[in-house]
Amino acid sequence: MSIWLVMVLAGLATFGTRLSFIYTLDRMRVPGWFQRALRFVPAAVLSAIILPELVTRNSGLDLSWHNPQLLSGILAILVAWRTKNVILTITAGMLALLILQVLLRGA
Amino acid sequence: MEKSRRREFWAGVRDETPILLGVVPFGLIYGALAMHANLSLAASQAMSAIIFAGASQIIAAQLVAAGATGIVILVVVFVVNLRHALYSASMAPYIKHLDPAWKLLLAYLLTDEAYAVAITHYRREGEAAERHWYFLGAGLTLWSSWQVSTLCGIFIGAQIPPNWPLSFVLPLTFIALIVPALKDRASVAAALVAGLVGLLAMGFPYKTGLLLAAFTGILTGLAVEGRPK
Repeated sequence: MSIWLVMVLAGLATFGTRLSFIYTLDRMRVPGWFQRALRFVPAAVLSAIILPELVTRNSGLDLSWHNPQLLSGILAILVAWRTKNVILTITAGMLALLILQVLLRGA
Repeated sequence: MEKSRRREFWAGVRDETPILLGVVPFGLIYGALAMHANLSLAASQAMSAIIFAGASQIIAAQLVAAGATGIVILVVVFVVNLRHALYSASMAPYIKHLDPAWKLLLAYLLTDEAYAVAITHYRREGEAAERHWYFLGAGLTLWSSWQVSTLCGIFIGAQIPPNWPLSFVLPLTFIALIVPALKDRASVAAALVAGLVGLLAMGFPYKTGLLLAAFTGILTGLAVEGRPK
């Protein structure tokens, strides 16, 4: 298979996946449990993306207080919870990360 | 009408902007990997427009470099991007009133980063009629910066040190979007279980751990919420 054909097919597969429910959902009768389940999609998927990012360092698991990402992430969670402010959360998390990376260097 | 459309669009652009700090490094990495895999310049850049999904493009470039067959690359890209079906289901009720052209366009723009920002906006209180313009603003912002950053990666390569701190903007933005939305026990349980399973399944290939984590989290949410009264 030429690389162009692979790309086009992979692109169609990705696009089809993204379009799947957007295209079909208003054409079918959706069971109640399915509708209730949709409410949990953002919390579930995004948490499953976030947590591994916080605890991996140098491509290994690091749950210690030497891990600047983990500490900055916890701080960001607290800031997001208290302030509900996106920019403030990102800024606090980034500043914490930069400071902790210097402080914990060699730790 | 016109004014509220424009306002929604630019609000989407604005809210998507911080996340770009985390996306651009990945665009550079992808561009550099694609060149390293001996893909032509045109093919490297075209993949960003045709597939438009960062993680899967990075893996695809690595597979090309390793000499994998086309069918393997195809299946892997499909599996890595399966999580987008969840986004599609979650977004569908909010955009079901739109005409087909809008649905096609928004589906094309439905990435992790655009989804996170747009779904948060859809769930806010208030006038919702023109919110697809917000989604469009967020989606196009991500799309254009992805095209430009992969192009830069192709030409200048990725001179990015490991543990580059800006990549951390990505999880931070997701934290900022999702934590305020955890307002009840069921959502908190869904998030905690999904995060934990995601951690345990970190070693699973091609983001299948992420899928497993998402489904476990969603089921947990349903179970904690219990039967509707």
